[in-house]
Amino acid sequence: MSSIERLKPNEPRTPVSPQLALRVAILGSIALVMFGIIFFRLWYLQVLSGEQYVQQAQANDQRNLPIAAPRGEILDRTGTPIVTSNVTNAVQILPSALPASVKEEAATYQAAVAQAGGEYALAKERLKAFEEDLRNSKRHATASQRAELAALERQARLRHVPIPPLPRSAVKLRHLYDRLAPVIGLSPRQIDERVIAGIVVLPYAPVTVKTDAGAAALTLLAERHNDFPGVRQEQVSIRHYPYGELAAQVLGYVGQVGTEQLKQAAFRGVQQGTVVGQEGLEYFYDRYLRGKPGARPVQVNAFGEAEPTKLGIVPPKAGHSLRLSLDLGLEQEGEKGLREGIAIARAGGKPANGAAYMAMDPRNGAILATGSYPSFNPNVFAKPLTPSQWEALIGVNEAGGGPLFNRATQGAYPTGSTFKPITAMAALEAGVITPGEAFGGGSCIEAGKEKFCNSGHTDYGPRDLVEALKVSSDTYFFQTGERANSHGNIIQNMAHRLGVGQETGIDLPKEFPGVVPDPEWRAKRDREEEECERAKHVSSCGYVAEIRPWSVGDDMQLAVGQGDLLTDPLQMAVAYSTLANAYMHEGHGTVVRPHLGMEIDDSKGGLVQSLSSQPAGYVHLNYSNLSLVMEGIHDAASQPGGTSFEVWRGWNQTQHPVYGKTGTAQHTGKVDQSWYMCYIADPTHPIVITVTVEQGGFGAETAAPIARLIASKWFNQPEKFVAGSSKTL
Amino acid sequence: MTSTAMSPIEVPDETPVHGARTLRLPLDPLLTLATIGLGICSIVTLRVATRKFVPGQPRYYVDRQATYLIVGLVLMVVLSRVDYSRLRHLMYGIYGALMLSILAVLALGHKTALGAQRAIEFPLFSFQASELGKVLLILALSAFVVNRSRRLRDLDTTARVMLVALVPAMLVIAQPDLGSGLVYMAIAFMLLFVAGTSWRQLTALVALVAVSGAFVLVAAPAAGVHVLKPYQMERLTAFLHPSSDPKKKGAYQQEESKVAIGAGQKTGRGVNSTQIKGNYVPEDDTDFIFAAVGEQYGFVGAALVLSLYALLIWRTLRILTMAKDLFGSLVAAGVVAMLMFQVFVSVGMSVGIMPITGVTLPLMSYGGSSVITTLLAVGLLQSIYVQAGASQAMKGRVYRY
Repeated sequence: MSSIERLKPNEPRTPVSPQLALRVAILGSIALVMFGIIFFRLWYLQVLSGEQYVQQAQANDQRNLPIAAPRGEILDRTGTPIVTSNVTNAVQILPSALPASVKEEAATYQAAVAQAGGEYALAKERLKAFEEDLRNSKRHATASQRAELAALERQARLRHVPIPPLPRSAVKLRHLYDRLAPVIGLSPRQIDERVIAGIVVLPYAPVTVKTDAGAAALTLLAERHNDFPGVRQEQVSIRHYPYGELAAQVLGYVGQVGTEQLKQAAFRGVQQGTVVGQEGLEYFYDRYLRGKPGARPVQVNAFGEAEPTKLGIVPPKAGHSLRLSLDLGLEQEGEKGLREGIAIARAGGKPANGAAYMAMDPRNGAILATGSYPSFNPNVFAKPLTPSQWEALIGVNEAGGGPLFNRATQGAYPTGSTFKPITAMAALEAGVITPGEAFGGGSCIEAGKEKFCNSGHTDYGPRDLVEALKVSSDTYFFQTGERANSHGNIIQNMAHRLGVGQETGIDLPKEFPGVVPDPEWRAKRDREEEECERAKHVSSCGYVAEIRPWSVGDDMQLAVGQGDLLTDPLQMAVAYSTLANAYMHEGHGTVVRPHLGMEIDDSKGGLVQSLSSQPAGYVHLNYSNLSLVMEGIHDAASQPGGTSFEVWRGWNQTQHPVYGKTGTAQHTGKVDQSWYMCYIADPTHPIVITVTVEQGGFGAETAAPIARLIASKWFNQPEKFVAGSSKTL
Repeated sequence: MTSTAMSPIEVPDETPVHGARTLRLPLDPLLTLATIGLGICSIVTLRVATRKFVPGQPRYYVDRQATYLIVGLVLMVVLSRVDYSRLRHLMYGIYGALMLSILAVLALGHKTALGAQRAIEFPLFSFQASELGKVLLILALSAFVVNRSRRLRDLDTTARVMLVALVPAMLVIAQPDLGSGLVYMAIAFMLLFVAGTSWRQLTALVALVAVSGAFVLVAAPAAGVHVLKPYQMERLTAFLHPSSDPKKKGAYQQEESKVAIGAGQKTGRGVNSTQIKGNYVPEDDTDFIFAAVGEQYGFVGAALVLSLYALLIWRTLRILTMAKDLFGSLVAAGVVAMLMFQVFVSVGMSVGIMPITGVTLPLMSYGGSSVITTLLAVGLLQSIYVQAGASQAMKGRVYRY
């Protein structure tokens, strides 16, 4: 016991004055109140709202690094993979190797890009509004308005934001890049650009700077990993197109999902950084192919450094595979045929700068093979593209479109005489012509001030329908068009019924709807041209060649597939398939919906979903009329004097009767465009083939022989390129 | 001598007999318990919070803090053996040392990355003069008040006491160390309060502080004069509008601190304390260490630490009343001011009810200057306690024998 305690009861120690006692009491009370407040505050924070703060803390530090899901394969109709996912090595830089200055720079760059994007969108909007105002004002633009328009147009260009160079302070990183660059065959600047671009997309994830580095590079990196802190090798899955350019526009390509794409419904729920289809089937069937990325949870600290946690890894779910109606063998033959035809056309002095074909099952629209020339190798998209590579792909300097452009589904062409069966069908159904009536003699037809002539001013003499189709008499069809003009839009209506001039509904993005001109369309374009000329104060906006009302000449041109008609091999394949289909069913045909996808399989090959294709519509044609048209084009391919008779010489017409029509579309200032359409009957595997070669000459010369090559492959016949000599349009 | 409420009690200059000394405890047991308890809490808390500060040396900070605590405790024991009342005569020397050390920091100090100049770097530790200055100011100012104890009601005394504290306070605020400067002013006010300055003058002082505070925070910035640095302003006002702009640093710090404490819930997150481990709460080893306590050990841990502070403050107030002389009472009052201000501001800002002024949490926050200063202050308390006991014991002996 201490003396103090002993003394306490009876002895007041140092006398404490009442004033001091009061003040100390006040102090004690203040302390008590403060402790009370803090205790209540703690109770409120920790006990009453603790849950909410736990969530906030977790949101702070938990991030999921995605584990890419293996993308589903694309298979041909027999199950042969034509697009696969390859596992390859990637050299990656870990975010921990990057100093804060680099991350700040990335953030600045990202903000600059966003700003440039915003300014661009704004400027475009302003430009659009200004143009609209000008158009609505219905008066000629003043000089100042024109100057403003030009200024707005200048502003409405996407500003390129350069990736900033490495900050001066990042000495260690600079040295790392300098050491790494020669090993993986890049420049330090390229590494920097890829790193910045990478962390902008996914700030906590390792950045891939090089895929498919050579074995020597990998060995070096592995052996001397101490010299390359923060650099690691990782197995990654990359899309592989083993057949290169084959059907490239149809298959499409893949790339990391873009910021704009994330806003689209098609990419709802896709995480940033996910590789998705950007074009073609890869884009159209992306939701089946992409699978579901897994997640590797990491804890991120305030400096953005990640470390693994004990939380479970969510494994990725592999994408489904897509089985196509395409036949790999036929596809390869088509590719070969196009090249052969182009080579021969070029040997004959024609530019033959572009070509496309489409092979379809006329019963259901299943596309058996299709291709477009020039093509590209989708494997180039596995690595970042240089601007010049990209410009070459989109064909900046090519009027006809670059390799990315699918001429089979997006081309916009007049078809020449291949349109004649549609004209014939329309005229017969409308009663404008009768089958037995022979007319169209002479080498030219005069209508108004204009003169319409046969190719080479040939005089076929008066012919009946079947014969006119066989020899492709333009004068016959000019007259048909002339007659049709007074009966309204009968040709246009038939074209639309058969599937021309509107989207076919194919399972590919960016389909071209096409144009089948009629008086209403003409009037609308004239109006647009007038308004545009007034607004921009230019002599021509190029909507129409000249402002004039619809004339009989327009119908005459349309009757032979010329004039303002714009369509593509796909739509023509649909039209011929529909005719063939109706022919098979005594006039009751389905308008087929062309499609490539047949079924979705899981990664083990089990069926997930079958992609049924409903017909786009139905047609009921008079069977005897239809038979006459089919007879005409069968004769054209099988009877001496027929336009493609020579091309099919030696073909077993009894076993596989060919119903084919040549076409030669004329373009001012260019070599003619070669066309061929055919339907080849077979009880089990009929086929419709459409081929076009830009600046390829006459239809019988280039396109028809290519069609025969494809047909030979399909029916296991000896392949032979037989050029015809028919000089019909 | 009796004209004032509190008279310094002149202690006879004789040592108590040997036998009496052995009867009493050498140190205040509860005060010692609170001190050591807080030291242990500090080590336990810092173990996680500073684990990654020095790569490869997870115990670097903990080892250093333990060393500071041990050195401080030794100093405390030594100081408890010294009769504090002798220090009264060294008033000018102590005040001179205070001013010299603060000026030395301004002249020789090490500039930090943010431009603050608060410490002089020594081979083993960096000496933060403003921390030690707290104890020096308590001693010098207490002695000054004692010397003027007969004229405590004079306005002149009040003004001089405040002025004596204001000079070092302004120098420290210029470093800038706003927190310590405010502690100096709190000490001066508390000394006047305990010494017995009239209520009227105290009220006037409070009003003056309120007016000048309003001037510095509202009127001067509006007129374009910035007395405080922008970040100081921002921190001071952050707690008033917590979610106004989470990107601003002051508000961010406080918000993250609240998240950390809240996420601790009842019993804490232990090793899963991601706010602290992930460094989301800046300065979670010093000014915001209470956030680290709150997240790791929850309401239970926070309440334990607060209880230890309550014990510490209670014992200090008790020693204030026990002191054998006015000087002792005033020194204890100064220590109470220092402890209360730092505890309530540091904890208050961690839980989001006080402005961010950058004061350390006594004994808990990492840092040699802070820990040793606090332990020196506790040493003075122990000395006051021992001396009070000694004088009492002596009187008791007179009574009894």
